[in-house]
Amino acid sequence: MAPLFTRVRLVFGALALFALVFAAVPAGAQQPNSVNPTADSVNEKQLLQEFGKVRGRGSIPDTKSFTIVRPAGRDWRHFHEVTLRWIGAIAILGMVVLLVVFYLARGMVRIESGRSGRTIMRFNGIERFVHWMTATCFIVLAITGLNITFGKVLLLPLMSPQAFSDWSEWAKYAHNFLSFPFTLGVVLIFFMWLAGNIPNWVDWEWLKRGGGIVGHDHPPAYKFNAGQKAIYWIQVIAGTAMVISGYVLIFPFYGTDVANMEAAQVVHGIIAMLFIAIMIAHIYIGTIGMEGAFEAMGTGEVDVNWAKEHHSLWLEKELAGDRKAPPPQGAAATPAE
Amino acid sequence: MARMKFLCDADRCIECNACVTACKNEHEVPWGINRRRVVTINDGKPGERSVSMACMHCTDAPCAAVCPVSCFFTTADSVVLHSKDLCIGCGYCFYACPFGAPQYPRVGNFGSRGKMDKCTYCAGGPEAENTAANYAKYGTDRLIEGKLPLCAEMCSTKSLLAGDGEIIAQIYKERVMKRGYGSGAWGWQTAYRETIAV
Repeated sequence: MAPLFTRVRLVFGALALFALVFAAVPAGAQQPNSVNPTADSVNEKQLLQEFGKVRGRGSIPDTKSFTIVRPAGRDWRHFHEVTLRWIGAIAILGMVVLLVVFYLARGMVRIESGRSGRTIMRFNGIERFVHWMTATCFIVLAITGLNITFGKVLLLPLMSPQAFSDWSEWAKYAHNFLSFPFTLGVVLIFFMWLAGNIPNWVDWEWLKRGGGIVGHDHPPAYKFNAGQKAIYWIQVIAGTAMVISGYVLIFPFYGTDVANMEAAQVVHGIIAMLFIAIMIAHIYIGTIGMEGAFEAMGTGEVDVNWAKEHHSLWLEKELAGDRKAPPPQGAAATPAE
Repeated sequence: MARMKFLCDADRCIECNACVTACKNEHEVPWGINRRRVVTINDGKPGERSVSMACMHCTDAPCAAVCPVSCFFTTADSVVLHSKDLCIGCGYCFYACPFGAPQYPRVGNFGSRGKMDKCTYCAGGPEAENTAANYAKYGTDRLIEGKLPLCAEMCSTKSLLAGDGEIIAQIYKERVMKRGYGSGAWGWQTAYRETIAV
């Protein structure tokens, strides 16, 4: 009898427990009268205000795709389509207009004492090679780069869409691959001409006297005057900035996100426009802006009188140094025509 | 003409990823490219929502604006398409796109991304005909056959809606009225500069 009683007691006990649990459940599951399932739901507007984008978790390897709404792309669009075009147009056209006005007013800066007929080596073969390698790359990079910003406005109306695309694709490859010799040029220029480009008091004097460009003065200068030093440092600093921002763009999403890519393009674009404008001025003064200047990078030999007027201290040093001094006036190697 | 739009009713999306799979299968989308993807926001937390996102075929599309070779065009149905013959793979459309839609078949070293690929709203490419060459480039043109994008047509919960903007907005409005809540038309404000007021 005892086991039966125990069993009955167990059954009653179990029933009592069930009753207790079932009684408790409806009480716990009591719903409030007004249900709002979206009370704590994510809200697009709120996410955009808080983070500037809507990002979640996805299930594919491409983590970039986890950002589903990012209105900031529109700001970059405005930069690329409007701001950069204005910067480029003002910088480049402004520089061209400035140079034309300057040329009309001042004309070519002549060698005042005329050509002596004697020359002196200013840039050796290696220097000229590095200069022209960098310069060639720069010109191709500038034209192909400008094509991305201005091509569809200026070139596309002149040719068929397919021809413009083919040209642009080649331009893109040229832009990407010529970045390597350009980078080499920036590095070589930095080391090759560093010693001559440390600013000193001679530069201050040179600048105060208008550098011989603004007036007709010929302030003394070593191998590089203050203007050339400025070009050197612009080349080194802007060139480095172009190289770094450019490689960020060439290797997309290697440790960068879309915002970094946009920032790299903004830096690359703005510096490029200013860089091109400055280099147009550099080209001007090295060609039609000054008599006898191109030879320095052409044949490497400049006229002694040109050197006397523009780089007097450098000439003195050269003549005093171990380089072969030019023969005396009477024994000029070049016969008079 | 209709103004075609996508609308993802996030309160219905169950993150089944069938839209993603259907799209990939319908168009034989290259490996590594997802024209459509489902993203879960606040995953695992109360109030999480999943949204299926692809190209939204924006009004005044940023991709088209920044393209340096102008390879984009908008169809009469307001679908934003592009020509893979003209695309030079520069990657700018991805920077400008608010929805991360443009993708490239190659990783991208030295500017060799390949031709951009994105959702075509099942409307193919510039040549409005279903040829093998067009299929390889853009996938099927379902719109020309009178069908809507496959992702939306086969959505099991009818969360993803495709069709004329006014009609799908009306459907969404009715749903919200009936059930009493809605987390909104995701991306509409950014894509179309308007949202659905309920």
